[in-house]
Amino acid sequence: MLIRRNRFLESDEREVTDPAFYLHRRELMIGAGLAAGAVLLPGCSRAEEASQPGAARGVSSPGGFRTDEEQTPFEKASSYNNFYEFGSDKEDPKNDSGAFVPKPWSVAIEGEVAKPGSVALEDLVQPRAEQERIYRMRCVEAWSMVIPWRGVPLAEVLARFEPTSRARYVAFTTVLRPEQMPGQRRDVLDWPYVEGLRIDEAMHPLTLLATGMYGRDLPNQNGAPLRLVVPWKYGFKGIKSIVKIRLQETPPATTWNQAAPREYGFYANVNPEVDHPRWTQKRERRIGDFSKRKTLMFNGYGDQVAALYSGMDLAVNF
Amino acid sequence: MRRRALHAAVIAAGLLPLAWLALRAWRGELEAEPIKDVTHQTGIWALRLLLATLAVTPLRSLFGLAALAPYRRTLGLLAFSYATLHLLTYALLDLWGAWDTLVEDVLKRPYITVGFAAFLCLVPLAITSTRAWIRRLGKRWVQLHRLVYVAAVAGCLHFLWLVKKDVREPLIYSGILAALFAARLLLRLRPGFAAATKARKSASLSASP
Repeated sequence: MLIRRNRFLESDEREVTDPAFYLHRRELMIGAGLAAGAVLLPGCSRAEEASQPGAARGVSSPGGFRTDEEQTPFEKASSYNNFYEFGSDKEDPKNDSGAFVPKPWSVAIEGEVAKPGSVALEDLVQPRAEQERIYRMRCVEAWSMVIPWRGVPLAEVLARFEPTSRARYVAFTTVLRPEQMPGQRRDVLDWPYVEGLRIDEAMHPLTLLATGMYGRDLPNQNGAPLRLVVPWKYGFKGIKSIVKIRLQETPPATTWNQAAPREYGFYANVNPEVDHPRWTQKRERRIGDFSKRKTLMFNGYGDQVAALYSGMDLAVNF
Repeated sequence: MRRRALHAAVIAAGLLPLAWLALRAWRGELEAEPIKDVTHQTGIWALRLLLATLAVTPLRSLFGLAALAPYRRTLGLLAFSYATLHLLTYALLDLWGAWDTLVEDVLKRPYITVGFAAFLCLVPLAITSTRAWIRRLGKRWVQLHRLVYVAAVAGCLHFLWLVKKDVREPLIYSGILAALFAARLLLRLRPGFAAATKARKSASLSASP
């Protein structure tokens, strides 16, 4: 019992001294700017915000950039996750990612951009431009976490490469290194892992290219050194260890959709009304909680993103 | 006396996974989703013990291990105990406060439907596992207890259908079940394979299907 109490004290202390908090002010300024803009947008009215159950439960900063819900301990977030490149059990990524070498790293930006090229990670995501975002993360398997990420909005990165008018989708590719990623030696999925977003989703201010979490660099098991975070979509959209970003006119293939088209769609927006064919998506268990909680539409980011899908049948475009 | 000690040892061994689970829970070492962890562990041990139960008769016949016979019921009841814990963990803890979803789950989710069916098959087998019931039912006891095959197939399907993509592990269990079926078929078609026909006959008192 004594040991357990000590652990609790440690984790409290870590939360207080989390070095990532120094970016708070910048976040609030961006959030305030966006909120001001949101007032002018249809579908983002105050009345709708009030009707969102998420607004009552977890107070978010205006743009949805930071929830003040209790954060999942780093130990859990870094030891219980899906990263099939390192194995299909949720402890595998932590246990079997030790041989992975995330540095040096470069990313190829290709396709419908005026300035394509291969860029070193430090130039792609400049450390001083990084922000902290505290997002809910909802896995398609009906569990969830709250994770403080460090990164830059994808929109800022893409803008530098000057997307052309034909850039309607963004395709991402994970590194292929079977010698360092034991999961890639078996064809459970079609390697390398690929994911994609519509351009407006990619340019949304919530969409983050992350290089860190909990105030430190991404651990190998969480997608070092560069991953995508799209908080209103199921976790598998957050492609890890990205080596290629391609802008294109046609919808890109996505790995889980190819593996099981009936179960995983291209959009993969968190939606309690559309069940996974084999299990319900109405509820989720927040890691650390005893009972499940209700899953929120768009993972509680409806105020920010619902307008992206207005007029779409989300049961068809799941 | 020795047989009693062995019997106690089998029961103790069968309860070890439960003790290990309890110890991990007490030390706070369960996975990040403790209820899912307990559900998975009790479920996997229910299936393992069920397959062990089904292995008793073929092993006895093929290798003349007549001494195994008395443990079949013990293994079966252990399997049933784990299956009960598995169902209770899911129905009480996993669905905590949202019990209305139980009916929907059982009706709408094929892997839960077959899992629940497997459990229902095991209930009458557990109830009629006593000597008194064996005597009372006579030949019909053998017929009734063929339900164990249905339970085993449903149990394997339950595992296979709940896995997201990597079906290696559930396929191993399905493979073992298939091998056990093959062994029984072989024994039925070619009785000469039985290493100890005598042992088989004497054991048929405890009514082997």
